[in-house]
Amino acid sequence: MAIPHIPCLRLGDPYVSLNQIEVNDYRDGAVKATVSQVNAGVIRRDLERMDEARAALCKFSTAELIAIGAKAGEIFLNGEVQIGVDGETQSPGQYIETLSSTSGLPHVMVKRNMDKIHYALTHMDVVLNGLTRGIDPAILDAGVGEQFGTQVCFYPTSKALGLVMPSNSPAVNSLWLPAVALKTPIIMKPGRDEPWTPIRLIQSFIQAGCPKEAFGFYPTDYEGAADILNRCGRALIFGDKSTTDQYANNPAIQIHGPGWSKILIGDDEIENWRDYIDLIAGSIADNGGRSCVNASAVVVPKYGREIADALGQKLGPVKPTTVDDPEAKLSGFANPKMGEWIDGAIDADLEEAGCEEMTAKYREGDRKVVTDGGTYLRPTIVYCESFEHPLSNREFLCPYASVVEVPQAEMLNQIGESLVVTAITNNEAFQANLLASPLIERLNLGPISTMKISWDQPHEGNMFEFLYKRRSIGMAA
Amino acid sequence: MSDLNQKVQEAKAQLDAHAVEIVKWHFSPETGSPFWLDWAKEAGWNPAEEITCFQDIVAKFPHFQDEWLRDLPNEIWRPKAFEGQPFSIFETGGTTGMPKQRIGWEDYKIDYSAFSETLSDEHFPRDHYWMMVGPTGPRRLRLAIEHLANVRGCSCYFVDLDPRWVKRLIASKQFDQARAYMDHVIDQATTILKHRSVSALFTTPKLLEAMAERKDLIKAGIKGVFCGGTTMDKQYTRFLVEEICENQIGFVPTYGNTLMGLARHRPFGADNDYSITYHAPQPRAVLRVVDPKQTENLVNYDDWGRVELTTLTKEFFMPRFLERDEAIRRAPWDDDPWDGVAEVRPFGAMEKTIVEGVY
Repeated sequence: MAIPHIPCLRLGDPYVSLNQIEVNDYRDGAVKATVSQVNAGVIRRDLERMDEARAALCKFSTAELIAIGAKAGEIFLNGEVQIGVDGETQSPGQYIETLSSTSGLPHVMVKRNMDKIHYALTHMDVVLNGLTRGIDPAILDAGVGEQFGTQVCFYPTSKALGLVMPSNSPAVNSLWLPAVALKTPIIMKPGRDEPWTPIRLIQSFIQAGCPKEAFGFYPTDYEGAADILNRCGRALIFGDKSTTDQYANNPAIQIHGPGWSKILIGDDEIENWRDYIDLIAGSIADNGGRSCVNASAVVVPKYGREIADALGQKLGPVKPTTVDDPEAKLSGFANPKMGEWIDGAIDADLEEAGCEEMTAKYREGDRKVVTDGGTYLRPTIVYCESFEHPLSNREFLCPYASVVEVPQAEMLNQIGESLVVTAITNNEAFQANLLASPLIERLNLGPISTMKISWDQPHEGNMFEFLYKRRSIGMAA
Repeated sequence: MSDLNQKVQEAKAQLDAHAVEIVKWHFSPETGSPFWLDWAKEAGWNPAEEITCFQDIVAKFPHFQDEWLRDLPNEIWRPKAFEGQPFSIFETGGTTGMPKQRIGWEDYKIDYSAFSETLSDEHFPRDHYWMMVGPTGPRRLRLAIEHLANVRGCSCYFVDLDPRWVKRLIASKQFDQARAYMDHVIDQATTILKHRSVSALFTTPKLLEAMAERKDLIKAGIKGVFCGGTTMDKQYTRFLVEEICENQIGFVPTYGNTLMGLARHRPFGADNDYSITYHAPQPRAVLRVVDPKQTENLVNYDDWGRVELTTLTKEFFMPRFLERDEAIRRAPWDDDPWDGVAEVRPFGAMEKTIVEGVY
């Protein structure tokens, strides 16, 4: 198959830039696609045309857009989709294979991510119902109406939804999907190594009947990304702490950085810790340990060393297999230097007293391994005596977690901000404190994997409340 | 011999003769400058006798050190022939510390009068008004642009931008301040456009873009834009031509600086993917694209190398100065039958981030 060129999309129209980059196989560097890179001015020009884009979406009702989204979900999962500017198409199998070859995710994980996106698209009515707390879609179309016995009126907060996407987790694309049904155009900078999921999704939408004007796809540079974030009105950014910190105080920009998700076990359940080892190990290592909802710390009142050892026994032997192995657990690094950096950073901090790596003795070999030309990091569990240790509250792009001993009464004072907390406890007072904590974005009460997503619940902010505001309304009878 | 080959040979002969004349001028006690006369004494050879062609300059002179222009007094560069004539002082650099200074009398007028011949009356109408939006201050460019406008019977409005301040803002990550400063500059420019009739602009690509975001330049009466100062890669050039100038405003990119003068571009467009090639105003200045590791050697045509500038005027002799730019070496063309430099960008741009700023 010829190497496809993925163009920029300007209100849905393909635009081939004179600047292009290659997307390469993470193992042998083979070119899988070339991608147009546009200068920031192109984006700024197109942002002036967002009224056209919104008008194209507003020709459809919310219900119609939900139906189009469901159709797009089927095309995304099962269909042949155009990705190249010269009409090159991509089957679901090719999508899995290609994304795997450039991201390092094994096929089984790509497929799992694909299923998540498909689910979100085909259950958009449920998602929107959760986000809007049951607002009738017809009210969103009219902008005003009566619900729950009162007048409600909503107006859009932005001309478009800006997206600066990551390269490491295809399923995060599910976060922007509600915007289409909410009649908000998309202005996206895809991740450097992951144009595949965004372009496949956009083309699936267009193929399903969504107006092409709704989609701006702009592989671009730092200046372009900054314009997307600052000029759309509302935007999402994915990145590490140093990237996202710049936008921490900007309410128009929703930050998706490290999750620092955690599992807490209360005093009342700690004697049963062995029952939860599988759940904890899954929370740490599922999806290759790369998600913000993967647990990166296990906080327990006692038995910390024993729990860390049990996790070490379970996860330590995990090693890379072939990309098409249905049992594959680890992802390779698209950029091997990232793997080397993480490996070095963990080793450097292990030098500091007050911790012990518990996976090393079960691993038989180094943490960093190169298999079939791909660089991998094997799971790492570190017992830390306290949250003072630099490895106690860290998140890396691999299966990594600390196990930290903290008295139950001190846990909420010490865990810091956490995207997901699974609290294994039946203690009502502790549960009440957890429910009242402003540090926890999503709370699972009971033995629920941190990886479990509820589509009708907000994730790192409510997309409806982000894109719409309620206005006070008075109407003459 | 083809026409082009013939022209190349003639240009080479003209350059050789000019090089000999200029070197004799600067290294003769009757006409030369104290700097070069002292330099020759220390070097132990006499360029006035030993330079017989341009290639001799490449073979016998080391690279010009631009620190000399910062550290030494201005008058050391004055050729004896200009004694008693006050000079203009033009600066470059100076974001921190002492800037580099070049002195001059008429060079900029000669360079820009010649450049005027390359501009079309359609896009740069005579007897009208120009506006320069960009670095004025102690720069040669400010006088040069006014002279260029005057040569064409035009007068010129000026809106200043201090690039030293912008570079400092960006280096200290004060991006909001940099943006505010650029807005301040654009406010002034659009105010002029609103209240005065202007047909030609000289500005930088970023400022042009910012002006176009605030004002429809075609409706404002702009017919030609003369642009330079920062990198314009192929995509960016295409964007400026197709979307900012909407293929209606004449877009004239230039490459130049205080030390050289002004290099003109040769025709570009969709058929050559908007690759801009510049040609120095030879024989007064010579641009070579050299192997960065073996700078006496040229790179092959269509290969990347570092830009080396030699300036050869009676006011200023500057042999083999290594610019902080890299470019693709291009073959001669009919109108300028000597090497060109294409797709100029900061030296090492592919390896490191270069602060070029919002201007």
